[in-house]
Amino acid sequence: MNFYLILSLILFCIGIVGLITRKNMIILLMCIELMLNAVNLLLVSFSAFYKQSDPQIFVFFIIVVAAAEATIGLSIIIMAFRNNKSTDISLFNQLKG
Amino acid sequence: MSLQLFLAMLFLPLITGGINGIIGRKLPYLLSGSIASISVFLSFCIALFIFFNLQEPVHYTIYNVFSWQKASIQFGFQIDALSSWMSLIITGIGCLIHLFSMGYVEDKNEFYKFFTYLNLFIFSMLLLVFGSNYFVMFFGWEGVGVCSFLLIGFNYSDAKKGLANAMAARKAFIMNRIGDAGLLVALFLLLQEFQTLEYREIYELIQSGEHQLSHPFYFGLALSLFFAATGKSAQIPLFTWLPDAMAGPTPVSALIHAATMVTAGIFMVVRSNFIFELAPDVKEIILWIGLSTALIGAFIALKQNDIKKVLAYSTVSQLGLMFVALGCGAYTVAIFHVTTHAFFKALLFLCAGSIIHAMHHEQDIRKMGQLKSYMKITHLCFLIGTLAIIGFPFLSGFFSKDEIIAHAYSHHPIVFILTLFVVIMTAIYMSRLYYRIFWGNENIDEHTKSHLHESPWTMTLPLSLLAVGALLGGLLNLPSFMGGGHAHFLSHLLEHQVEGLDKIQHHSLSNSISMLLMASSAAIAIFALYFSYLKWGKTNKEIIGSKAGIWQSLSSNRLYIDELYNAIIVKPTEKIAARGEYLIEKIILSQIIQWIGTSLQWSGSLLIRFQKGTVNQYIFWMIFATLLFFLYTTLTIHLWN
Repeated sequence: MNFYLILSLILFCIGIVGLITRKNMIILLMCIELMLNAVNLLLVSFSAFYKQSDPQIFVFFIIVVAAAEATIGLSIIIMAFRNNKSTDISLFNQLKG
Repeated sequence: MSLQLFLAMLFLPLITGGINGIIGRKLPYLLSGSIASISVFLSFCIALFIFFNLQEPVHYTIYNVFSWQKASIQFGFQIDALSSWMSLIITGIGCLIHLFSMGYVEDKNEFYKFFTYLNLFIFSMLLLVFGSNYFVMFFGWEGVGVCSFLLIGFNYSDAKKGLANAMAARKAFIMNRIGDAGLLVALFLLLQEFQTLEYREIYELIQSGEHQLSHPFYFGLALSLFFAATGKSAQIPLFTWLPDAMAGPTPVSALIHAATMVTAGIFMVVRSNFIFELAPDVKEIILWIGLSTALIGAFIALKQNDIKKVLAYSTVSQLGLMFVALGCGAYTVAIFHVTTHAFFKALLFLCAGSIIHAMHHEQDIRKMGQLKSYMKITHLCFLIGTLAIIGFPFLSGFFSKDEIIAHAYSHHPIVFILTLFVVIMTAIYMSRLYYRIFWGNENIDEHTKSHLHESPWTMTLPLSLLAVGALLGGLLNLPSFMGGGHAHFLSHLLEHQVEGLDKIQHHSLSNSISMLLMASSAAIAIFALYFSYLKWGKTNKEIIGSKAGIWQSLSSNRLYIDELYNAIIVKPTEKIAARGEYLIEKIILSQIIQWIGTSLQWSGSLLIRFQKGTVNQYIFWMIFATLLFFLYTTLTIHLWN
């Protein structure tokens, strides 16, 4: 059981570190997906541990929502690429103080 | 008589005023003037109908404005002899003056605006007299004040006199507001003690004797009511606005500042007679203030050279006489004098308007003379008005003034003698005015003389009708030895229907004494007329620049009252205001605003460090804050358990 928890924790931390350090938007999106799936993994393992099916239903919902979210995220990235000819997030700094 | 009919009378002027105010700019000027005049005329017809069909007082309550604990204020109307009588004066004189204004107002672009204000004034004045309680009266009271302000300053954009007109309007408004403060105080006192503002209910509460209120309470209440009346009706100490109000167009002076609005104070005192009867000291104060106002007004009018100024001070003086009547407890006599005064003073003002119109806005009587051969109708009407105001036998002013003299006589000999003084001075200044305008030397310059003409029919028709009123107005309230069965028509009418008036005791003089008084006042009038004819009728003996005695300079400088008020009230107030502007505006307010600005800038410069523009950093801070939050919650949960 602990193994699953530690695995999902590691995945989540990888996602966070990626978000903080990387500048490519596609990679940022991938990191967010990674964090999301870490949570999914956690839910599924709890479901198996407590012998309950509710978390699994949740996971299905999350996957559906994540798919929609990924679509929107990717389309935003495409629009950003059309504007800047690059997917570098640090180019979006017009509102800095 | 139905409510609908009454409401039609009340709201017709408001509706046409609204039409003129909203789309009047696009209407042809004759149309906007006509609908305004016709609506007031229709109101007059309905008012006549109501007056003749009124058997007993009628009360309508439209809705409850608010109630709090036991107290409540209704929006309601009371139709009785007093209010319908006043409405006849207002709409009757009002429609004549509307008609007159159509000929008088020259600036056709401003036509609709003028008639909007006039109609609004008629509506407010009707509201004032028809309200069934002090609240509705206060509504109308403020409404007429605003209309007066707007109309005095009507020519505010005039190149030469615009600023003076605007200042006169401001002065009138502020002085009225000072008086209104008294009315507000009285209203709150009434509401506190009686939980109602209805005239009828207050009267019944006082009569039933349930409210055993102290004498000082009634003294304060009556005094603050009277203070309000001094503001509206131009009595000492608040009378100096009325002469300045002559800056407005002449029909306005006739309607508002002679016939109707300035009598609102007298109307209010008559309405509240049952309160004043409980405060005899205040009645004495009213008597003496009225008397001194009458004396001062008449005295100043002796030496004024502006035709409208003479009439304005004459109005002040006549209003003073009405307050003398009120102070003697002769409420119906005061209303009688209001009526006759409305006739002859509106007539005189309109004649003055006709003269000013013909003379191309020349108001100085030193530059007139011999006008009788140029303006025949105006001359005749002005003569009738003059004879009426000086109390020439059997004209309207003769009867009303005589009643006041009789009441003064039965009150106190000194009051009687001072009232006679007022009558003498009135006769002198009015006949001086008349002779200097229409007789004497012809001092008109050639240019004006070539244009001199009688006014159009829209101006002479109202003059003639008012002249008939000034001639025959005395018939409304004939003394007992002349009228027979119809004597004291107005007094009986009012005593039957108005709360409190039937309770008032009259000292009736014997016929011989009242005849003697009548004869003496008639003799005064005729003698003054003859004396003035000798002095001013043939030549003008007053040479400009000749050495003036102390009395003459006092009179022509208006007793320095304006200067006195300027020195002790206006200047210190302005000084305080300037100091306050410096202290509050420049120091306190601007400092606070400055401080708010700088503190916002400072806190902004602190927070700006977190807005670097790199998304990764935002995410870092977000996660950092989330972790802190988790840490905090887990720690508190652990510490609590």
